[in-house]
Amino acid sequence: MQDKTHSSYKQLEQKSKYTNMFLRWFLYFVLVIFAFYFIFPLYVMVVTSLKTMEEIRQGTLLTWPSGLNFDSWLVAWGGRGYGAGDTFLKPYFWNSIKMVVPAVFFSTFIGAMAGYVLTKWRFKGDKWVFLFLLFGCFIPYQAILLPMARTLGVLGISNSVIGLVLVHTVYGIPFTTLFFRNFYVSIPSELVKAARIDGAGFFKIFFKILLPVSTPIIVVTIIWQFTQIWNDFLFGSTFSFGEAAPIQVALNNMVLSSTSVKEYNVDMASAIIAGIPTLIVYVLAGKYFIRGLTSGAVKG
Amino acid sequence: MAPAVGLIGWFVYGFVLWTLYISFTNSKILPKYELWGVGQYVKLWGSRKWLIAVDNLLIFTALFLIFCVVIGIILAIFLDQKIRAEGVLRTIYLYPMALSFIVTGTAWKWILNPTLGIQKMFIDWGFENFTFDWLVNREMAIYTIVIAGVWQSAGFVMALFLAGLRSVEDEIVKAAKIDGANLFTVYWKILLPMMRPVFFTSFVILVHISIKSYDLIVALTQGGPGISTTMPALYMTQTAFHKSQVGLSAASAMMMFMAVAAVIIPYLYSELRRENAR
Repeated sequence: MQDKTHSSYKQLEQKSKYTNMFLRWFLYFVLVIFAFYFIFPLYVMVVTSLKTMEEIRQGTLLTWPSGLNFDSWLVAWGGRGYGAGDTFLKPYFWNSIKMVVPAVFFSTFIGAMAGYVLTKWRFKGDKWVFLFLLFGCFIPYQAILLPMARTLGVLGISNSVIGLVLVHTVYGIPFTTLFFRNFYVSIPSELVKAARIDGAGFFKIFFKILLPVSTPIIVVTIIWQFTQIWNDFLFGSTFSFGEAAPIQVALNNMVLSSTSVKEYNVDMASAIIAGIPTLIVYVLAGKYFIRGLTSGAVKG
Repeated sequence: MAPAVGLIGWFVYGFVLWTLYISFTNSKILPKYELWGVGQYVKLWGSRKWLIAVDNLLIFTALFLIFCVVIGIILAIFLDQKIRAEGVLRTIYLYPMALSFIVTGTAWKWILNPTLGIQKMFIDWGFENFTFDWLVNREMAIYTIVIAGVWQSAGFVMALFLAGLRSVEDEIVKAAKIDGANLFTVYWKILLPMMRPVFFTSFVILVHISIKSYDLIVALTQGGPGISTTMPALYMTQTAFHKSQVGLSAASAMMMFMAVAAVIIPYLYSELRRENAR
């Protein structure tokens, strides 16, 4: 009797082992299928950019290129060398750099200060001020495009990189404030109080006590702001055109305005060039990138 | 502090009020400041293009939400099973979030184009009657935007849910397993219901993304074929900057603003309450 139960138990265990193995395989199968779905466009972009138009017409999306042919990359970056109508990304890439660096710096600095005040110099109604700033993360920018265009015109900085720096700094502040505020909340206020008793002033406390421990949140904020501003199209396309345009606008113009024959290989090389800076940041600092994404959302 | 409050007060709240005011005027190329009443809103809701834009927004939002959440949850739960190479897979699922919608749109436009893209791939593989022309098909073009949008954002939902699942105490799962619950029951009956705040957050963020979606449409279809994939954000910029109907475009911007506010204000309110309770 006892023997019988024992053996059926063993059978059961064996059976559940098989179901488990089957489940595991199923799990990996689904995960890999999705991995293909996500990697597929990147693969297609890369191989297309390395083919000649002849190869593109003869093969399919997945066909491996015949060799490492970087011609379309050179055309995308530096053009063909003839004058009018030759659009290429190099100048716009630099426009984007000139726009991103100051905008990230200013918005991060202002956000750090605001987060510092909201947590360490509490005042009556500071919660409402925080909410007041936070709402700025969510407004649809269409509601501010028209007055912004006029303001930039009045200031004489429409269609310029400086104008875009101003726009991106201002509309980045809600996000940067949110990041720093949520980070500084977790730093004990006793430190600040002690320093205040010792006579340290507003800026001294910030630079000597808070800033040295802020490295992780600074990294998160810079990555977030960099990605947002680099990838922006709405502001770029509304407030700039021609020579002052940032790279996403230039990419879009290039892809839409190819005059005679569509050169998909050049289009794909351009898209990769426009995407590569943020992609590199993501691969190198993915942890911080994800922290920005989730903390911006979860603790909103 | 003062600069932050001042800048946001002026550039966010001041500007929104300005847009609101302009939406009640009869402004064409240049803003006029005499009040004109609700004429622009009447005109807006009588416009076929706006109605198409709203219709598209509803279709897009519904599908975008469903697919992102379902795919995101499946990936998060599966990745939570002590998977080998989890880090690599996670990186693959999330990298589209680092790309701009213009890059995404450019890539998908090439993949979906009927002459040389997926359609040709299947025909070359021997499926001679295979057609996949959604990109140039009035009825179907809106779904190509869903495909590209889901590709971009599903990994984000996965990251949110994975973070949520990982924050649950192991003890809860262990206790349930001792009580004889299988893995399916553990997730369906215990863990997913615990993820209610994550569902809520994903819902808010995704709806917000879809109301604002602009770049992806510009890169993928430019609102075409015809006006079949117009959405409110595209309608607004086109009316303002190509048609020079400033009053009308302000009215459409305010409709978008109200739609976002309807979703965001309850969200901020609940988040604030949660924080106060802590």
